[in-house]
Amino acid sequence: MDEKHRKFNRYDVYVIFLSLLICGVFFMVIMNIQKKEADKVVIKVDGEVQGVYNLEEEQKIEINGGKNILQIKDKKAKMISGDCPDQICVQHKEIGKNRESIICLPNKIVVEIQGKDEGELDAITR
Amino acid sequence: MPSQGKSKKIALFGMLLALSLILSYVETLIPVSFGIPGIKLGLANLIVVIGLYQISVKELYLLSISRVLLSGFIFGNMASILYSLAGGILSITVMMVLKKIDKNSVLGISMAGGVFHNLAQLIVAMILVETYQVVYYIPVLIVAGLLTGLLIGIIGREVCVRIRKVYR
Repeated sequence: MDEKHRKFNRYDVYVIFLSLLICGVFFMVIMNIQKKEADKVVIKVDGEVQGVYNLEEEQKIEINGGKNILQIKDKKAKMISGDCPDQICVQHKEIGKNRESIICLPNKIVVEIQGKDEGELDAITR
Repeated sequence: MPSQGKSKKIALFGMLLALSLILSYVETLIPVSFGIPGIKLGLANLIVVIGLYQISVKELYLLSISRVLLSGFIFGNMASILYSLAGGILSITVMMVLKKIDKNSVLGISMAGGVFHNLAQLIVAMILVETYQVVYYIPVLIVAGLLTGLLIGIIGREVCVRIRKVYR
């Protein structure tokens, strides 16, 4: 490596700037989506919708025959148990805002909060 | 590195592969989780950054793919191999292009590599889980990629400067 490749230069600043710009754009998009009101919990396993539940009813839902258990309480959903090795979905904080989600990669489970006027639209837009 | 005998090339390649495997193992020993699931230092990428300045591009791809397969079979599973493979190939490609353009320092190249490594893994996650929901993770992963890339870049630079004398 020659001398000029060792020091931080202005092209490296461009790299940071561009990355943060992309970051900012996605952040704004996410903020906009989350503003809408939410009232549904959609559970998908392996990409297919398994069930839609009301966020206002307190209940416990067994997913994949009890492999994971989702709890809905105070308009918020939380994964309270799971048999996956990493337990990331269980450690995930409770979700209640529109479009928030808990994802369990090992068991291919996606739990998502959706707004009032959405739902099956997701399946149509490609 | 100036072109040398074939055996020297093979020895260097073997050593880098062994080093990157060891670093994959060392990584599993570090308990730091940065508070966010899925984010790790990517110590094995240090070897890729160093290799960028020591071996040819073809060898670099081969190095990365063999490392991912070996460490995947030893420490991980099929899914982790897919994630690492996508991340490795895309980040090497980006770093190689930036190095060809010849404007960025090793730090910038490493940072871009870190960001694209994470983005590639996210794309694989989208395909595997069949959801676009993981886009929520993009800002976090970009910042994490910048930070770990910078760190790896600094270490890689220091190593490159110091091993020059050894290869005379």
